[in-house]
Amino acid sequence: MAPPSKLSLGIKRASRSHTYHRRGLWAIKAKHGGAFPKAEKPAAAAEPKFYPADDVKPRAPSTRKANPTKLRSSITPGTVLILLAGRFMGKRVVFLKQLKSGLLLITGPFKINGVPIRRVNQAYAIATSTKVDISCVKVDKFDDKYFARDKKTKAKKTEGELFETDKEGTKNLPDFKKDDQKSLDAELIKAIEAVPDLKTYLGARFSLRDGDKPHEMTF
Amino acid sequence: MVKGRTGQRVRLYVRGTILGFKRSKSNQYENTSLVQIEGVNTKEEVAWYAGKRMAYVYKTKTKSSGTHYRCIWGKVTRPHGNSGVVRAKFKSNLPAESMGRKVRVFMYPSSI
Repeated sequence: MAPPSKLSLGIKRASRSHTYHRRGLWAIKAKHGGAFPKAEKPAAAAEPKFYPADDVKPRAPSTRKANPTKLRSSITPGTVLILLAGRFMGKRVVFLKQLKSGLLLITGPFKINGVPIRRVNQAYAIATSTKVDISCVKVDKFDDKYFARDKKTKAKKTEGELFETDKEGTKNLPDFKKDDQKSLDAELIKAIEAVPDLKTYLGARFSLRDGDKPHEMTF
Repeated sequence: MVKGRTGQRVRLYVRGTILGFKRSKSNQYENTSLVQIEGVNTKEEVAWYAGKRMAYVYKTKTKSSGTHYRCIWGKVTRPHGNSGVVRAKFKSNLPAESMGRKVRVFMYPSSI
């Protein structure tokens, strides 16, 4: 163990010249031409005109990242789902894939039951045990951006036009979306027609009848 | 009510009857209603319905948002007793005239 650096309070073991030599400041001085390099003092900040009344810590932004939505184990690509709410409630549709937002990409197919390529939330769909083989179907081009709403260009209205109703009532589906539907369904319908009765099954809607107990049903 | 809904009408809800409010002999707590769901007769069967949304639909004399029908949304919270009765909480407390009337118990949020 090294000898203690203090012999007593205030009395150091090494002499001034010894410690000076040990610290090596002479070497730094020699390197910089005889003088110890002085660090530049940062320019003094101007006194702010305004001091807030309370000393409040600025809130640090949250670094929490949301986990991706978990897909129910009963829902796999090709599963037939029953939609529980919305315009197409009761319709049986084919599940294609889960999108990055967590929503499920589905299609009727359109020719069979009128349901287009659409997104649906897992909570509003019942997964049945019926599966369709969708290995030949290409779904890579569909993502959440595909379904984004078109931004309406707001033209400045003159005084007269302000009182006119919007002429943008009609929402025409762009042609490329219609073509996407056709090409996606073409493959899918072939796979569906290979299974007996599946086409009529998908065309029929689900409904509860008298005496039905959903808590006892297997879907 | 969706306009222009021609064709098949599908029922995707289970019917339920509003029995009244959660209560003891002489006090009632209107923030929680009791609902008897059709076909549900035991405490164990209620587990499937926990969290499912319900709607109390009623008609009014005046129109709001273009229709005479209005609705109070709620959800199944927990079983009440051993025989399949269910406790439900609604967005606003149900009116007393709802007692004995129907409520729709939907199948969503689904966990099947």
